[in-house]
Order: sequence, then structure tokens, then C-alpha cells
Amino acid sequence: MSVLEVSDIGISFGGVKAIDGVGFAVEPGEIFSIIGPNGAGKTTLFNVISGMYTASHGRVLLAGEDVTGLPPDVLAARGLSRTFQNLQIFHRMTAAENVMVGRHLQENCSLLADLLRLPSVNRQNRATRAAALALLDQVGLRDCADIPAGALSYGASKRLEIARALAAEPRVLLLDEPAAGCNSVETEDIDRLIGRVADRGIAVVLVEHDMKLVMKISHRILVLEQGRMLVEGSPQQVRDNPLVLEAYLGHHGAREAARA
Amino acid sequence: MMTRLNRRSVILLALATMMALLPLVFPSSYYFRVASLVWVSALAAIGLNILMGKAGQVSLGHAGFFGIGAYAVAIGPAHLGVNALAAVGIGALLSGLLAFLVGRPILRLKGHYLAIATLGLGVLIAMVITTESRWTGGPDGMPVAKLVLFGWRVSGSDTWYWITAGLLLIGTWIALNLDDTPTGRAFRALHDSETAARVAGVAVNRFKLQAFVIAAVYASVAGSALAMMNGFVNPDQAGFLHSVELVTMVVLGGLGSIVGSIVGAAVLVVLPQVLTVFQEYEHFMLGLLIIVSMIFMRDGMVPMLARLITRGRR
Ligand SMILES: Nc1ncnc2c1ncn2[C@@H]1O[C@H](COP(=O)(O)OP(=O)(O)OP(=O)(O)O)[C@@H](O)[C@H]1O
Ligand SMILES: [Mg+2]
Repeated sequence: MSVLEVSDIGISFGGVKAIDGVGFAVEPGEIFSIIGPNGAGKTTLFNVISGMYTASHGRVLLAGEDVTGLPPDVLAARGLSRTFQNLQIFHRMTAAENVMVGRHLQENCSLLADLLRLPSVNRQNRATRAAALALLDQVGLRDCADIPAGALSYGASKRLEIARALAAEPRVLLLDEPAAGCNSVETEDIDRLIGRVADRGIAVVLVEHDMKLVMKISHRILVLEQGRMLVEGSPQQVRDNPLVLEAYLGHHGAREAARA
Repeated sequence: MMTRLNRRSVILLALATMMALLPLVFPSSYYFRVASLVWVSALAAIGLNILMGKAGQVSLGHAGFFGIGAYAVAIGPAHLGVNALAAVGIGALLSGLLAFLVGRPILRLKGHYLAIATLGLGVLIAMVITTESRWTGGPDGMPVAKLVLFGWRVSGSDTWYWITAGLLLIGTWIALNLDDTPTGRAFRALHDSETAARVAGVAVNRFKLQAFVIAAVYASVAGSALAMMNGFVNPDQAGFLHSVELVTMVVLGGLGSIVGSIVGAAVLVVLPQVLTVFQEYEHFMLGLLIIVSMIFMRDGMVPMLARLITRGRR
């Protein structure tokens, strides 16, 4: 059964349809990429799925249950996690603390226990920090654990967001341009990381402009253009589709897609 | 982890030591009184700092809760025959409840809108206190019965010095406790990015509400302490100017810095006493000082000092 099923999503801003009739389904362990020119509606689609925007029509099913319109924190508890194209890190907290917030739902959170700092809180803190450090290690940021996240480079911040999202132990992970601002070495790290995440059975939905990365790791690709579905298929099918090249024509993606 | 734990105990120990040693250099009871005022204000400021500095939500009406606490210990024993200590608890409960009920709708507001809404709440509380003169004595205020603890009538500025010092120690301890816990992290996370906090599963509205209630209870207890210490209450304690003073203490000392709130309270309480030599220019000088320090120390005194010290060490 698909762990994420999106059907016939539509949303408009000021009368302009940003997304229209988009639907797809993702299996556990699958890497499903969504590509398309700037302004195609990829981020908007993520915002609808993750509960930040309310769609004017369509359904979102998470592990078979209808979660349409639920707020982000409730969706997080149901196993949906994401990263952001425009960075959303807790810049005044350390890198480790950022990831520890990602463990929020795994932690017992009792106001009274926290105010009095009961021994159980300290014990849990140690466990949460250990988990956070392990995740930072996975994204290559172990050495940055105790520096303020606001001091990290753009690429490092991107990876910190991935670590924080993984900390929630999601079933579905939405990644919005994780490789943006990363050099080729960092991009390869992210490539491997996404592979490992999928191997664990997490469904990864990837939005990315780096066509080399997308073509290499995706199982299936959906191409959006002006809020509509253009093509869906394997990397091979998408690469060979003349419609896709046309959609990208005039965009830097066209050249990259042709080269990939 | 270890360093955190140490930092917490170091701050508490330093504070307790200072509180214990200060009386040795106090030449008169007047000094005990000023110091007690600092401890009480610092208590209220620390609570407000949890809301503003940690959770990033402003409250421009916080003296309202201070007033509720103050009038609870005035009205409780005088009109309702409630024992003073119970009245402190009732005041805190009422403040927390009011914060909870009003916070639900208004904490959904952001920035300026939240500022105006909390300002309105503060004004409303002060207005009720001023107009319900049958209970509150109206604009003239009312006397507060002496606190009696197990048959011991509490009085004298040195006694109140120790009581308020103890309250501040407890308040500081709780505030420091919170920092490195799931709740404290949730506060700081929603301060930096509500969006990311929600995606991480943080029920943002619930935590804002918790911070608001905590801050209200702190202010209420501080208000009760001041009223009993003074033996008198008046509506100014719930008024807008007092709210502004509390915010200034927090911002001047440093948003998010618990020690900063104590320093900020000390500056705002002690300075006017010193500045009386300038007579009618007293308020002018105070205002000027705040403006200048905000220009040169936007992060507040304590964070700024901490940065200077760490830089000096390198
Ligand atoms: N909150 C909003 N209000 C108004 N218009 C919006 C809003 N969010 C998105 N849009 C519009 O929806 C369209 C899709 O934008 P979106 O950010 O989803 O594109 P994208 O595919 O992620 O592009 P990029 O590759 O540049 O990230 C754009 O025309 C954008 O202006
Ligand atoms: Mg986008």
C-alpha cells in the first residue's frame, strides 16, 4: 500500500491556479522526485501536503488515512516530515539542539517535570542528545554540534534540516531542494544519505533542480509545469520525453537534463 | 550536558552568595528595602523573559497580572477572610487562569497585533481595579494586612529582604531549569521559526500559552510579595507604565538571559534612587539611558558582557 497518496490537488492564489489536478502515490522506500521549472508549483505542493496551505480541492492520504487539512504538527505525529527550500532553522539554538527539537514527538514533555527538572528529564535529555549527535554524524555535521545553527554555511544548514527531519523518525520525508547551495562533494553526500534513508523504508519525495542527482537516485519522477502534471515515469522515460525538454526550454534545466 | 548543569548551579550559587553578603555592606534599612524591590521586580522580569526572550511573544500588559497578585493579598484577607498565604496562591491561580483564557485567542496574533492585544488586557485589568472601588479602594489603593506565618507577624525590611530573596532564588532556579528541557527547547524553537517548530511536531499554540501562563504566575507572585512588603497597594502597580518598566528590565538586561533580567531589574530600580540628585530631570535621564543603551547594546547588558568576556579570553 502507498504510504503517501495525493489526489487531484488544486490551490489558487488570487484567482491564479498555482496547482491544478496533481496526484501521485509513493511507496515505502521509494525515492519519488518532483521536478519542473521555477514557479511550477513544487514548493506549493509540499506546503499543501505538509498542512501549511489548505488546498481548495483534493485529498492527501497518509498510510491510507485521510489527513487532508490537518495542521503540520499533527501530520508530524502521523509520520510526515519535511525540509524547506528557504531555510527554516532555529538559528539561535545549537546544531545539536536543532536536531533535538526534531525529537520532540519522541520525547515525554511534561511542563511540571521540566520546571522542576526532575531526574527523568535529565535522563531523557542525555538520550535525546545522543540520538541528535548520531544524526548529525550521518549528515557530516558532528563537529558542528555545539555551535549556533545561525553560524552554519548554507549547505550545512540544508543538511541540518535533513537531520532534524529524520530525527522525527518519519514514514514520509519531503525534501525541498536539499542540494541547493551544496558543492559537488556535499551533493554526493546528500545523494548517499537519501539512498540510505530510502533503504530504511522511508518514502522520500524529492524536489531538486540538480538533474544529475535526480536522474541518478530517483525511482520515479513527476514533472510539473505551471501547476499541472506534465509527465510521470522512470528517469529514463522522463529524460526521453520531448515534452519535458520543451518545458525546460530556455531554462538552465534543459541543458542539464540533456546532458544527464 | 555537564557544563549546562554546572552553569545552572554556578548562577544560583553566585546569586545566593551575593544575597547573603549584600546586607554586610548595607548602612541602613533603606538599602534592604531597595534590594527587596530589586528582587521582586527581578522575579516578575524573569517570568516575562520566559515569555519574551525564550518563546518570543511580547506582552505589554504584564503589570496587570502583577496587579492581580497584589490585590489578591489585599482583598483576600480584608474582604473574604482568606489567609494571606492562601491569597497569594489564589492570585497566582487567577492570573494563570486569566492568562490561559485570554491567551488562547490572542496568542494566535503576531508582532504588533499581539503587542496591542496584551496592552489592552493590561489596561482592562487596571481599569477594573480602579473602578471597583468598593473592593479595591479605587484610585487611592488600599492597605494590606501584615503577613502572619504560623503565628509570626512578618515585618521589617530586613525580613522582607530574605523572603523576597528566597522567592527570586526559586524563580531563577525554575527559569534556569526550563532552558534545556523539551518545553524550553520548544519555546526557543517557536521563537526562531514557528513553521519549522510545527513541522517538528511542536504544538506551537500550546507552548505559547504555557509560556504566557508561566509569565503571568511569576508576575502575580511578585505582585503579592510587593503588596505584603509595602502593606499597601495602588492601581499604578497594574498600570501601563509598570508594564513598560517590566519590558524594559527584560530588554535592557538581555532578552533570553535570566541573569540579564535580574541585572535589568537592578538598574531600573536602583538608578531612579541614584538619579534623584538630578531632581526633575530624573525621568529624562532614565529615558535617555535606556535609549542610548538600546543603541549600543541591542542584545542587552548581560549577553553583551558575556560576549566581551569570551572575546577577551581568546
Ligand atoms: N503564498 C502565496 N501567495 C501567492 N502566490 C503564491 C504563494 N505561494 C506560491 N505562490 C505562487 O505559486 C506558484 C508556484 O510557486 P512555487 O514556489 O510552488 O514554485 P516552485 O516550483 O517551488 O519554484 P522554484 O523552483 O523556484 O522553487 C508561483 O507562481 C508563486 O508565485
Ligand atoms: Mg520551490
